[in-house]
Amino acid sequence: MTKPTAKASNDKLSSIDGITEGLGSVGYIGTEQIATAVYLAYHLTKPILVEGPAGVGKTDLAQSTAGFLGLPLIRLQCYEGLDESKALYEWKYGKQLLYTQILKEKLADMLQEVDGLEESLARLHGFNDIFFSEQFLEPRPLLKALKQQYGAVLLIDEVDKSDEEFEAFLLEVLSDYQVSVPEIGTVKADVPPLVFLTSNNTREMGDALKRRCLHLHISFPDSKREQQIVAARVPGISDRLTKQLVSFVHQLRDQDLKKLPSISETVDWARVMVLLHADRLDTDTVRRTLNVLLKFESDIEALDNQIGELTRKAAKD
Amino acid sequence: MDQTLENFIKALRGADVPVSIGEAIDAFNTVDVVGLSDRRILKNSLGSVLAKTVEHRRTFDDCFDLFFARDLPADGEDGTDNAEQSEAAEAAGGDLIGMVMGGDGAGIAAAMESAANQVGASNIQVFTQRGIYARRILDEMGLRTLERRIAALRRQGTPEAEAEADALEQARTSLLGEARAFVERQYQIYGVPASDRLRDEMLAEARLSGLETRDLARMHRIVRRMAKRLAAKHSRRRRSAKRGQLDIRKMLRANVAYDGVPFETIWKQRRIDRPRVVAICDVSRSVAAVARFLLLFLYSLHEVIPEIRAFAFSDRLVEVSDTLEGEEIEQALVLILDRIGFRSTDYGRALADFEDGFGDWVDRRTTVVIMGDGRSNNTDPRTDLMRQLHDRAKRVVWLNPEPKTVWGSGDSEMLRYLPHCHLATECNTVKHLERVVDDLLRIYSTA
Repeated sequence: MTKPTAKASNDKLSSIDGITEGLGSVGYIGTEQIATAVYLAYHLTKPILVEGPAGVGKTDLAQSTAGFLGLPLIRLQCYEGLDESKALYEWKYGKQLLYTQILKEKLADMLQEVDGLEESLARLHGFNDIFFSEQFLEPRPLLKALKQQYGAVLLIDEVDKSDEEFEAFLLEVLSDYQVSVPEIGTVKADVPPLVFLTSNNTREMGDALKRRCLHLHISFPDSKREQQIVAARVPGISDRLTKQLVSFVHQLRDQDLKKLPSISETVDWARVMVLLHADRLDTDTVRRTLNVLLKFESDIEALDNQIGELTRKAAKD
Repeated sequence: MDQTLENFIKALRGADVPVSIGEAIDAFNTVDVVGLSDRRILKNSLGSVLAKTVEHRRTFDDCFDLFFARDLPADGEDGTDNAEQSEAAEAAGGDLIGMVMGGDGAGIAAAMESAANQVGASNIQVFTQRGIYARRILDEMGLRTLERRIAALRRQGTPEAEAEADALEQARTSLLGEARAFVERQYQIYGVPASDRLRDEMLAEARLSGLETRDLARMHRIVRRMAKRLAAKHSRRRRSAKRGQLDIRKMLRANVAYDGVPFETIWKQRRIDRPRVVAICDVSRSVAAVARFLLLFLYSLHEVIPEIRAFAFSDRLVEVSDTLEGEEIEQALVLILDRIGFRSTDYGRALADFEDGFGDWVDRRTTVVIMGDGRSNNTDPRTDLMRQLHDRAKRVVWLNPEPKTVWGSGDSEMLRYLPHCHLATECNTVKHLERVVDDLLRIYSTA
């Protein structure tokens, strides 16, 4: 693999069509809208907030972009209670403690010939803040992404799961691509990372955060694009089966279900079909494998008596 | 393009898409980056910069299509003549004649555009202004010169002059039509959202008793928007860490293995209760005028607060949670009012019904919200039950559609219930309601 450089990324991101093709080459079939967002994110140096139903390839977009640009992907999974010590940096507390324990005697030795509290303190002051230096700094994803020499793709996954405090804290990182570590100073990125934030909309994101981001909503794809995705992701699947699969899934999306199957489920289902050596849809196979597509028992039950008809319709296409 | 983009952003703001100054700057940068040549790319790009939610994106798409219904001006085409336009109206008149006679459609469109900017057509507010703006735009474009020319030609009276005058006359008519259509579009873009908003603001502050049934749909939209805003504000935060406070007990326990040397630190955390609400709504004859809106509130509460049980009463009390849950708003209102509404009131009986059937649901985590006027037809108000509720619940909130001054007058038992409420307040506009619900949800996040 060639060494990634800022210039290489620049070349790869120089046109919207180029991005669509490039993402396609790593197996991500995107729309023009997605490519436009990536293009803008790079040229305006802004993060992208990606929203959409679960399983439409939000996270995958970041991974594929990283793969396409040959940049490292640094991922930060958000959850309730995530704070800066887990996202940004942490002092290696255990190591600090261990070292003080070990060095206790050393310290005693050093302070032996001085007398008086004041003099000892003065001498200790002479030793800088050894315990708060880079050696004891544990960089977490955000700091790591800023420190990458050639830039990186930073994925902040499911940012809606994090607390509001954390969201506020992200603002500095996202607008200036820098963070402040009180004991060391401000760390600024040489090459700003390409940032993707994903959200499933479990809560509305704050306005301040949204203002700083480009907004990209990925919805369920049309059947043509979904067929392309299945073909790209599941090698060795026949065209006919792909068509039938996708048609079936699209019919399901029109039904009143608790959770609609998304692209990842379609791909999984296609894999299952290939494993079962099925070359076309029939009612029996569908019934046996429906649990790959639908994740709620009630959904499966509700659909049970329609399977035959849906399969017939899908098989006709 | 600068002026056009500015106008577009203005239109977006008018259509309720909040565009900050920062985002506007981003939009200009975006145009620099992607250019104007490909309209689809421009739409996608501006969309991701300016619209930050799916709903806003939809509004944005509509607005974009409406706004750019005509072709985009090429770079720098407009800006050049904006400044001189006013004094150059005369000169423009000459151009205008040239353009209409030469059939220069693009030229006319561009001239109309910059004339519209000049007279501020984007400030249009109400539809009656359409005529005046159309006239002003045409004046700016030099219509008077055109008219003088027609008059002059007519005076000459020669057949050729007559023919030319006829042609100009025709051109003038079609120009008028174009200007009207142009202003109509401007009105659709800028005026309609503005008057819509005005109406919304008025409704939010209007007294419920004065509202008419036809406003119900609009009202529901307003209340729902409010509900959504509140839900977003108080969305799921179940636990908040008290940063920087060690939980000594848990930490000692966790570090027993290290001989009590605190290698692992554990911080204090605080749990936040889920709001649990019991809403009791009076739908009797005395509140007939506002019953529908009280129920509307109840319905919206239902949409915001996950754990809520709703009751409605006149003389008896019934639970209506299921109706609110399963039906559309209009349907739910009709069903509930049919079932229990518009009879004579008996607060004491209703409280007794509640106590018998559902009393055990109220505990110290529950907030009880009572909506009603407290007019009980001189029956026994059963303040003893009210006191029990007060003692058992976390809070008892009474929302009364009547102004405070008439509480206690006539058959109103409000003053006797008052000591047993943690909060009793007048609530007869959407603004009031928002304040109360906000308050209601807040006590859970700070408790």
